Amino acid sequence: MAEVKLFKTWSTQFGARVVWALKLKGIQYEAIHEDLSNKSALLLQYNPVYKKVPVLVHNGKPISESLVILEYIEETWKQNPILPEDPLGKANARFWAKFNDEKLLPSIWSAFTKEGKEREEAMGAVLESLKFVEEELKGKKFFGGETIGLADLVFGWLANLAPVFEEVAGLKILDERYPLLLAWQPEFSEHPIIKDYWPPHDKLVIKYQALYEKYHPAK
Amino acid sequence: MALSDVKVLGSWPSPFVLRPRIALHLKSVNYEYIEENLLESKSELLLKSNPVFKKVPVLLHGDKPICESLIIVQYIDEVWSSGPSILPSDPYERANSRFWAAYIDEKWFPALRGVLAAESEDAKKAAIAQVEEGLVLLEEAFGKLSQGKPFFGGDQIGYLDIALGSFLVWLKVIEKISEMKLLTEAKTRCLLEWAHRFSSHVAVKDVMPEADKLAEFGVKLRAKILKARAIPK
Repeated sequence: MAEVKLFKTWSTQFGARVVWALKLKGIQYEAIHEDLSNKSALLLQYNPVYKKVPVLVHNGKPISESLVILEYIEETWKQNPILPEDPLGKANARFWAKFNDEKLLPSIWSAFTKEGKEREEAMGAVLESLKFVEEELKGKKFFGGETIGLADLVFGWLANLAPVFEEVAGLKILDERYPLLLAWQPEFSEHPIIKDYWPPHDKLVIKYQALYEKYHPAK
Repeated sequence: MALSDVKVLGSWPSPFVLRPRIALHLKSVNYEYIEENLLESKSELLLKSNPVFKKVPVLLHGDKPICESLIIVQYIDEVWSSGPSILPSDPYERANSRFWAAYIDEKWFPALRGVLAAESEDAKKAAIAQVEEGLVLLEEAFGKLSQGKPFFGGDQIGYLDIALGSFLVWLKVIEKISEMKLLTEAKTRCLLEWAHRFSSHVAVKDVMPEADKLAEFGVKLRAKILKARAIPK
């Protein structure tokens, strides 16, 4: 009977963050794959408020919301920390995680789903946001410094999913305007732990292509 | 520690600004409060301290800015660790506190704001319904997390008390706009009692804005929001 279970889908970037954290700390877990069009009774029981993945269940106790889960993992399993010891460093990592989830991701989603002027404006917001993210990498290999940290896991979609958005929707996200981010991408994606759980590019393209067509039906 | 070592850049109507202030009071940390006028253009200090979001509150500790109210509260808890704890010590309880605080900010507060900024009666009704639903969920959470004690945090005010309590005066303003009680004996009895306890707590009562003053500000804010929406792109 697994002590740690993770409800997720194969593609969820929010779930990927949690998987990477568990793997970085060497924690064994049982992955439970959800079909989001037909959610399991267990998922609905464990996450009645949002009914979403990922949900971590540790010794029968459920934790929802990826950032909450990441903090829980960090506090429960102390090896290979993903947050620095000092409060200022912690605050900084948490800030960038929040920035990604509240500003960057909604903008990119807008750019993906909208058209014309709205898409342009959304991309404008993405590029503005990325300027700040690029700044944050100055003098560092990872957002976490020498090792992968919370912010790296949260920004992970930039390495895994951004190339998919470019291919499917023509959204040029990471280019020569962001040399530090471009350098960070392979550092992150080729890290042995991260690489071992990598939602496959081709499969993601098929999925997001279908989604794109839904939002932009052929005229 | 010199007074100027800890500063809070804030704005009196902002519920988010109350959070670090309450946290600092709980820890008995002296600080300088700098008022920012939300209805006018942003100060140099604000733009320099929070270039990414350009919002209050900002905690300035020495020369270091810390932004985002709940992140600031955690920072305060971790730096002044000898004072009473704001987050619980058990990781699972911490996760519950964080979960509900995030729910409040991401789901409940937008509904509250939605009542203020509603353009039609229908929109207002829908937003009110969401606020009420959220309060029922929070009532249930209170039952589970307080375990019969006076606060979400137990015997003392904690992270989730601060997260929700900071909205209590705004909730009164929204009740006035809605012409109905949102915290009720019938549906949210525990929260109603908790609200009195929280609002009268020594670390809280001196920073909470006056309901009448806030209601007046609410009218101005609503006008500003609606005007901004009406500007053609």
